[in-house]
Amino acid sequence: MISYSTLLVLATTTLLGAIAGVLGSFAVLRGRALVGDLLAHAALPGLCVGFLLVGRRELGAMLLGAVIAGVAAVTLMTFIARNRRTKEDAALGIVLSVFFAAGIVLLSVIQNLPTGGAKAGMEAYLYGQAAGINRTDLLVIATIAALALLVLLLFRKEFQLVTFDPEFARVQGWPVMALDLGILGLITLVTMAGLPAVGVILMAALLVIPPAAARFWTDRIGRMLLTAAIVGGGSGILGTLISAGILPIRWPGEESVASELPTGPTIILCGSAIFLLSVLFAPHRGLAAKAIQLAILRTRIAADHLLRTLYELGEQDGALDQGRSWQAIRRARRWSGAELIIAAFWARIQGWISFSGNLPRLTPQGIQQAETLVRSHRLWELYLIDRAGIAPDHVDRDADAVEHWLTGELVSALEVPLREKGEVLKAPGEVPQSPHPTMAEERKPEGGDA
Amino acid sequence: MSAPPLEIHDMTVAYHRKPVLWDIDVVVPEGRLVGIIGPNGAGKSTLIKAALGLIPLASGQVWFYGQPYARQRHRVGYVPQRESVDWDFPVTVQDVVLMGTYGALGWVRRPGARERRLAEECMETLGIQEFRHRQIRQLSGGQQQRVFLARALAQQADLYFMDEPFVGVDAQTEKTIIGLLQNLRNLGKTVLVVHHDLQTVPEYFDFIILLNMRLVAAGDMASTFTPENLQKAYGGRLTLLDQVAEAVRRGASP
Repeated sequence: MISYSTLLVLATTTLLGAIAGVLGSFAVLRGRALVGDLLAHAALPGLCVGFLLVGRRELGAMLLGAVIAGVAAVTLMTFIARNRRTKEDAALGIVLSVFFAAGIVLLSVIQNLPTGGAKAGMEAYLYGQAAGINRTDLLVIATIAALALLVLLLFRKEFQLVTFDPEFARVQGWPVMALDLGILGLITLVTMAGLPAVGVILMAALLVIPPAAARFWTDRIGRMLLTAAIVGGGSGILGTLISAGILPIRWPGEESVASELPTGPTIILCGSAIFLLSVLFAPHRGLAAKAIQLAILRTRIAADHLLRTLYELGEQDGALDQGRSWQAIRRARRWSGAELIIAAFWARIQGWISFSGNLPRLTPQGIQQAETLVRSHRLWELYLIDRAGIAPDHVDRDADAVEHWLTGELVSALEVPLREKGEVLKAPGEVPQSPHPTMAEERKPEGGDA
Repeated sequence: MSAPPLEIHDMTVAYHRKPVLWDIDVVVPEGRLVGIIGPNGAGKSTLIKAALGLIPLASGQVWFYGQPYARQRHRVGYVPQRESVDWDFPVTVQDVVLMGTYGALGWVRRPGARERRLAEECMETLGIQEFRHRQIRQLSGGQQQRVFLARALAQQADLYFMDEPFVGVDAQTEKTIIGLLQNLRNLGKTVLVVHHDLQTVPEYFDFIILLNMRLVAAGDMASTFTPENLQKAYGGRLTLLDQVAEAVRRGASP
């Protein structure tokens, strides 16, 4: 069902995506994500010069030209950036455009040559032309991938050190410059190999997108390299299958729109989609995970506030486990939107409150929990008044934010100096009086409630 | 008689043709805890970076135990400034501490059981063993500094250079670090520390190097940490020197 030529393209793009993802990870972690872009653009004039010198599409000469051009571009960028008036990003922009412009000019020179068939396919390097991929291309990428993998396996420790802390590496005697050039050299080779498939302009994306996506999924460099390889290879597979029309993209009942899509750009778009999914849904670092963590946190805080409100209402009439009306709770504290409902829901699940009739009341367990909270809250207030010289009517809001985080250890530390003075606290574990009227007292209605 | 751990002769260092250190001559004796002291911009960090070959010398020589650095780097440990690396980097505390052993391991060889044990001991010394599998961003500033110190310990050096190890750390960490440094000194090692809190200098160190673009004084704490020397180092910038440097720079670059 899948033709031989499609299989060839599939194997090439998969390998390319995987190895570019791995090598790109080092560039991204070293803070040099754009160097891949520079190398890819610089490769174009190198390829052209190689072609012009030999007179036909001789792989070795063109590769050599591209590598030399890449080294020249990086050297030139470093040299320009050494002048303090031009920053490194500006230098990179300048060099990239100069080399690319030179490449385009040389391409048109080649187009005007009378050599006929020999020049065919040169313009494919610009945007890539996956349909033209042949066995040699696959062989080249496979060789380069194997070489890169071998080098990385051997020198993983060295590359990791140089990428993380080049200064320390130099003090230990590692040749930082040579190791940096080693990675750059491998990136150049992979870039060359990738040009027939995705082209100069999009090659950089294959070096940057997979590592950027992979960083969301893990905090270990080894796993990040593996994830980048999977993301890169996966983009290659998906992009190739979609562009070949094997994975149809269509509305139900309509014809596929995807049978004639260009391979390179489709691969990049698939990679971008994976990146977007990573940003949104990666565990811990993804936005959805962050939003859930925040929601849980807010719920916990709201429940804490509900417990304290019930406790302070109870303090006034001495009946801590009394059911309280929703009006009384709303009067005693300002609640935003659904905050109170969520708080009550959470506190009920935790077993801190139960409902008698429709009225929430503290369970014995809830009273204990509330006592801890109220103690933390008031001890912090007293500490602020005593040590920081803050007026009693200004400490409530601050303690409101801090009470949820005070661990047993911190509370004891707050308690000791207060107990030594012996005024507000007599016994350990006692809940001190509030240093200011509680909100429950302040907002007490004329008539009784509850 | 063995050669001293560190000898600096006629060291001059320049950034963009503007000298930041002039004619430094210092000999650090073995087994001392040395504070490198001076005002902001005095060239304290530059001194150790230049000694370690991280910044090129405009002139002068540096000898480690009587030999050039390249021959003695296995005896030298280094703690860079904490902000010199990206703490979001995907490595764990243990990974970073193991990096201290890379120098002795040499090319290609991986840290094995012996290196892991060493790293474990270093983490325990600094009290960070419970964080060994944490990514380094998830640590406080003080804990991050301890990671760097543990890595330096894992270098098993005789001479240590530390660039501002007390910056941005909590009181507990500062106590741990100074205790560790004094232990190293008591083991006969030599420790040089860039430091800028004058108050703690007499308490922490037994030898100081006072800098302000040139060497103001160097020697035992008692004889060197004097009001006159401090006045020389901190009392106003050396304006004439600055002006000359500026004039040279302008004259040299059209």
